[in-house]
Amino acid sequence: MQYFPFVVVAWILAVGLYGIVTSRHLVHLIMCLIVVQSSTYVLLLGVGYVTGAVAPYYFDITVHTPAVDPVVQALALTDVVVEAAVTSLLLAFAIQAHKRFGTLDPQELASLKG
Amino acid sequence: MTSSQRRWVFLAGMIGLVAFLLWGLLGLPGFGHYPGPYGSIINRIALRQTNATGTVSAINFDYRGFDTVGEEFILFVAAAGVSIVLRRLRGEREKSAIDEAADRNAPPTSDAVRMAALVFTGPLVVMGWWLTSHAQTNPSGGFQGGVILATAFILVYLAGEFLVFKRFSPVALTDAVEAIGAGGFVAIGLAAVGIGLAYLTNYLPKGEVAGAVSSGGTIPLISFFVGLEVAAAFILIVAELLEQTLLIRQGSA
Repeated sequence: MQYFPFVVVAWILAVGLYGIVTSRHLVHLIMCLIVVQSSTYVLLLGVGYVTGAVAPYYFDITVHTPAVDPVVQALALTDVVVEAAVTSLLLAFAIQAHKRFGTLDPQELASLKG
Repeated sequence: MTSSQRRWVFLAGMIGLVAFLLWGLLGLPGFGHYPGPYGSIINRIALRQTNATGTVSAINFDYRGFDTVGEEFILFVAAAGVSIVLRRLRGEREKSAIDEAADRNAPPTSDAVRMAALVFTGPLVVMGWWLTSHAQTNPSGGFQGGVILATAFILVYLAGEFLVFKRFSPVALTDAVEAIGAGGFVAIGLAAVGIGLAYLTNYLPKGEVAGAVSSGGTIPLISFFVGLEVAAAFILIVAELLEQTLLIRQGSA
């Protein structure tokens, strides 16, 4: 059971990639990319977890209280910001693609090329 | 390639990828058996060194401050990218924001939406500022604080109209705030270089009481600038996306 979170990571990644490959709509494709990226949150937070530990906030606990790893939490935070930024840029591209080709189906977009 | 062929090729590759991934992941120490040492060391020394009770903020704005500069500029560049990609293209002209079909039967914004937006705007501004200005006690400070502040402006759009949203967040002002936010972070780091320390050294007094407003040295200050940058970037992105509805495309007008 102690490897279950890591299996979840692989599953989220696989499901997201499947969505990207079979997508018929650019906005759906971008959402699938978010799902793929969500697997990294689970991985980061899973790696830093300590059984029975508390959150690393030392307002009313002493520094010797066992706490989970704050470094991976900071990394997950970075991840969220980057994801929001990338998503907005991709959605802007989707708008322009729709303007230019009149469709948001990636498979039709490829056939319109040239 | 047909879509069913594509699916089979993908599934074959996917099985390989997942197998390798699981092989690697199962080599990690199990869930709950964090091996350390970095997280454990920082947990022990962060409070003593920075007087910040929120260790995640201490890492983001102090220990890993240099990475956070890069992260902030990812957001900055993304906002600039959205502006560039959604610029007015050849053949597009901007429609006036005045309703050209005032007689159409569009449902007005419901009173429930208006009421909820009005009720939430004030508390969101307070909460956003609190998170931004007290980074040393909460996780991530300006990053989530900035997003919450931007949400308050988007609620104004929901309750009113696009024009009201534009009046509350004029582009020139939002641009300036974003630039100040991005530049302020870099300037705080350079100030450390100016007094002979390494870039982004936490050189301000750390305060007497851990978790007080005055504790944390440069942490709350950096968080403040990050909050400005994040809020302005998100307002700009949302404004750019909304403005697209005012563009008339060639041929369709």
